[in-house]
Amino acid sequence: MFYREAGDFKTSYTDDSQTFPIRFDRYRYYAVLIVAFAVIPFVINDYWVNAVLLPFLIYSIAAIGLNILVGYCGQVSLGTGGFMAVGAYAVYKLMTAFPEISIFIHVILAGGITAGVGVLFGLPSLRIKGFYLAVATLAAQFFLVWLFNRVPWFYNYSASGQISAPERTILGVPITGAQTAPWAAYLFCLVFVVACAIIARNLTRGMAGRKWMAIRDMDIAAEIIGVNPLKAKLSAFAVSSFFVGISGALFFAVYLGAVEVGEVFGINKSFLVLFMVIIGGLGSIFGSFAGAAFLVLLPVLLKNTLVGGLGWPTDLAAHLEFMIVGALIVIFLIAEPHGLAQLWRVAKEKLRLWPFPH
Amino acid sequence: MRQTLLTAVTAAVLAAGPALADLTIVDTSYRTGPYAANGIPFSDGYQDYFTLLNERDGGVGGEKINLVECETGYNTEKGVECYEATKGAGNGALLYQPLSTGITYQLIPKATADGIPLHTMGYGRTSAKNGGVFPYVFNYPANYWDGASHAITHILNENGGDISGKKIALVYHNSAYGKEPIRTLEELAKKHGYELSLLPVDHPGQEQKSQWLQIRQQRPDYVLMWGWGVMNQVAIQEAVNIRFPMENFIGIWWSGSENDVKAAGAGANGYKALTFHNLGSGYPIYDDLRKHVVDAGKAAGAGDQLGTVLYNRGMYAAILAAEAIKTAQEMHGTAAINASQMRDGMENLEMTEAKMTALGVPNFGPEFKVSCENHGGNGLGAVSQWDAAAGEFKLITDYYQSDQEIIAALVAEDSAAFAAENGITPGC
Repeated sequence: MFYREAGDFKTSYTDDSQTFPIRFDRYRYYAVLIVAFAVIPFVINDYWVNAVLLPFLIYSIAAIGLNILVGYCGQVSLGTGGFMAVGAYAVYKLMTAFPEISIFIHVILAGGITAGVGVLFGLPSLRIKGFYLAVATLAAQFFLVWLFNRVPWFYNYSASGQISAPERTILGVPITGAQTAPWAAYLFCLVFVVACAIIARNLTRGMAGRKWMAIRDMDIAAEIIGVNPLKAKLSAFAVSSFFVGISGALFFAVYLGAVEVGEVFGINKSFLVLFMVIIGGLGSIFGSFAGAAFLVLLPVLLKNTLVGGLGWPTDLAAHLEFMIVGALIVIFLIAEPHGLAQLWRVAKEKLRLWPFPH
Repeated sequence: MRQTLLTAVTAAVLAAGPALADLTIVDTSYRTGPYAANGIPFSDGYQDYFTLLNERDGGVGGEKINLVECETGYNTEKGVECYEATKGAGNGALLYQPLSTGITYQLIPKATADGIPLHTMGYGRTSAKNGGVFPYVFNYPANYWDGASHAITHILNENGGDISGKKIALVYHNSAYGKEPIRTLEELAKKHGYELSLLPVDHPGQEQKSQWLQIRQQRPDYVLMWGWGVMNQVAIQEAVNIRFPMENFIGIWWSGSENDVKAAGAGANGYKALTFHNLGSGYPIYDDLRKHVVDAGKAAGAGDQLGTVLYNRGMYAAILAAEAIKTAQEMHGTAAINASQMRDGMENLEMTEAKMTALGVPNFGPEFKVSCENHGGNGLGAVSQWDAAAGEFKLITDYYQSDQEIIAALVAEDSAAFAAENGITPGC
């Protein structure tokens, strides 16, 4: 009824190839953007930003990055935590070495540095595939964490081996450090999330994305029709690591403020982001958001319901949380192996026919 | 999907609501995960003491204590979530005791900006001893660098004051916590001429075969340990396995609880650990705890931890917090103090033997006085030894002071670096 193509006439090629071809979708998208940029910053407090929104936004970027590699290009990676660490340490070194340059540029440069490291660790993907590649990227994970722990230059020779973000401002508003207002941190991350999502969406439906998907579906066939596997795989590693690096930089500089590499960017982080991608839906930008939301919001929601709402002991609640989240993941994967994005797709199909299904 | 989840979270947060009470103390505990074995007794001791004050005395100065517990799992992200969730609880949280060096590093800037004091008793950032740079952070009565110095002093005493040429290995948790003593041990090595070798163990510490193989090959005279959680148990078991002489194996105070040694059985007999307070359950306060808390069914945990090393330490932390509240109430002439008045109370806290005896814990901890220049106490510590047959740790030395000459210089240097990095003008 509201959700249909009929009557929405496209009169130019630009119209025809837009991201949201259905009018209702388009307006919904604008509405979400308006709420995110113009309403939420005025109503949020410290708790909302630090416990819910920042992790959600930052993990979304990481999930988009990993989705490009795993979901679009079919190269399984377990090195996400290590690449996030590269982003975090890159932004730390840049922040402390060039304090006069804007943090905004530092975050983008940190993404660029991570892209370089990602390409380096992506080289084995030309020879090894599937599980074997996963093991090779696992080596990247452990090597990078070891490196940042081992070489004091990366943490500026601090006694504790921790890196902590000094205060940096944009237009006089602090973005990192303890004085940051919740809305400033939120908006800073939101800008990156929106930009990354738009870039990723347009990359994946353009030529680059089609090449990646060709490689994913059958690499030999892709090679025969003229896709260069070297360029396609390495570009996927570069773009993916770029996003993951940005998320690592934001995770350290804006969200946590002080980071210890072994704990924050350990193997658990790699698995968490991989779960987000799998639960959200492989090969879907929306799925990256949905997966991040699922794994960030659900534990917080459960904790607040069980401890805050029902007054249960904290340890019981913490154990139940593991069990409930774990069970939900299994149930989801059995009921809908293509993830939350597939549910969304099915819902859209149903909406198109509503209220007169055949 | 996202919208519905957000709405649901809002509803849950609103339903949780603030619990109205006057003095809010937050216990960021960890009763789950690889560090739970050590997190549970500390948290039980911390909470039980406040419950005792509520039940027996009706709170502190007539104001009830509202204790809020938040599970962190020793994880920094959850620690941040806990801090944000609880800092506004009741009339605002008065004090945080994170019991995690990683979370402490996160909270130092946040809590300073929010004006809420942190008490990091025997852990956290050592240079927070300098109150001029860290006005809201307190680490009395002793810190890691004191601990490193105590261990070396003990070794010196055992060897008649000369340890040049001796080999000392440090087995440490590869994190900010474990790395803290390295600088001090290096400085002390220069002074006393021993050889220091470093053996990091990665979180959570269940894999230590290679480290102990190295110890077997290098044959150090002494092994020091900075471990926590499951790492302690594994290290002590491995030391027993390679037949390392246990009396030459010295742990920091966080590596010296019953849970750490019991798993290794009789082989662990003779293992040493530092402590900055007395041990055992032979104090009058335990009668009150049993009567008002445990027997009344109000214990925070199962009530089976009374008298253990970490329960005592948690109780000691709560005693120091309650005494600071009393000090603040006297200073400001109001019973319902806020966080900044709490800070003043902590900065003017003075613990005397008379006070401790009146509280039912005579001869429990050394005397100390906090001041703006010194947030870290006097740095007194003693050595305890595990008696496997009796099943308890016993003090084997008197309290002695750490090497202030070296530590004061390191504190000044590290806090100055922090001040420069963060644009703080030190002042007292």
